[in-house]
Amino acid sequence: MKRAAAAIAALLAAGSAIAGEIPLDQRHSDSDFISADTRAMQTDDSQNPAMLAVLDGETLWNTKAGETNKSCADCHGDAAVAMKGVAARYPSYAPELGRPVDLEQQINLSRATDQKAPPLPFESKELLALTAYIAHQSRGMPIAVEETAQTRPSIEAGRALFERRQGQLDLSCAQCHDDNWGKKLAGNPIPQAHPTGYPIYRLEWQEVGSLQRRLRGCMSAIRAEPYDYGAPEMVDLEIYLMWRARGMTVEAPAVRP
Amino acid sequence: MIGRALIHAPATAKRGDIMEIKTLVSHVMESGYRIGVTGQPIPRDIIEDFVCTYNGEEVFRAKLYPAIAANPFISFFTVATESGTLTFSWTDQHGATRVQTAAITVE
Repeated sequence: MKRAAAAIAALLAAGSAIAGEIPLDQRHSDSDFISADTRAMQTDDSQNPAMLAVLDGETLWNTKAGETNKSCADCHGDAAVAMKGVAARYPSYAPELGRPVDLEQQINLSRATDQKAPPLPFESKELLALTAYIAHQSRGMPIAVEETAQTRPSIEAGRALFERRQGQLDLSCAQCHDDNWGKKLAGNPIPQAHPTGYPIYRLEWQEVGSLQRRLRGCMSAIRAEPYDYGAPEMVDLEIYLMWRARGMTVEAPAVRP
Repeated sequence: MIGRALIHAPATAKRGDIMEIKTLVSHVMESGYRIGVTGQPIPRDIIEDFVCTYNGEEVFRAKLYPAIAANPFISFFTVATESGTLTFSWTDQHGATRVQTAAITVE
């Protein structure tokens, strides 16, 4: 732990001046920082293990649930049409809650209001499968999270969180992902942290996981207390990161090391 | 439990063609060497055998071990000989088997 802290301190010292937000034309997908083998696994649908989750999601999309005994398809129809570009716009403002929600939360909102079904737990196979299936419909489309009067407070709160030092290592997200991307941390390249491919299949996890799970992993790594799944701070971070990646291509479901 | 499988095999081929067949199956492939959150070892749970038959004739077989990652991806080649069915089967350590087929037309 001490050595890791020292390595990070050295890295930050070497990182000279604070670079600040990455200019739009210098942004790179995290896919540019992974090995050619992992990239091949992501782009070839016959190799991408997250496609198994997409298939499960397709089944769930057409499965009736809740007191109303309706499936997602009963209201939305064909996901290839109805859900095209939807994941690229999330997190998005939910009028019923008066704040932005991410795709997972939107699925559960829809379950509660339209299907009258209990929410699917965060990181459950079912919720990840549905999210992966919906996100897959936006593959290749530009991320289009909008900055409006309703989303701006959340984006700003997310930016503040991203730039705030936290945890025992006293690090902010920005110190690695804005100021020192492209360098190495413990032998691994530091990506710019654009959430272009969530939910992802992470080789380390050996399964599909959400952006919130990934963010919690980063928080633990800097010895900070991770926010709970579904916490408003999590959504603030998610919406800021998606806004920061606006215009970049959706790669979901991506494969990451 | 063996989950769903994804097969990528050509639907049509010329006689004598060498075909690449790719398979991906959903499985945890728990090695048995990991410790769970309660401090107890997580029991081993792996697929042990994979077999592909082409109109009943075995054309490929693999034995899987605990070091193989979750959701095993197996790809191999075979020669298109006649129209018929490719049958894929995965068997786990408990003896449960998942079978999936793909039809092929050979001209």
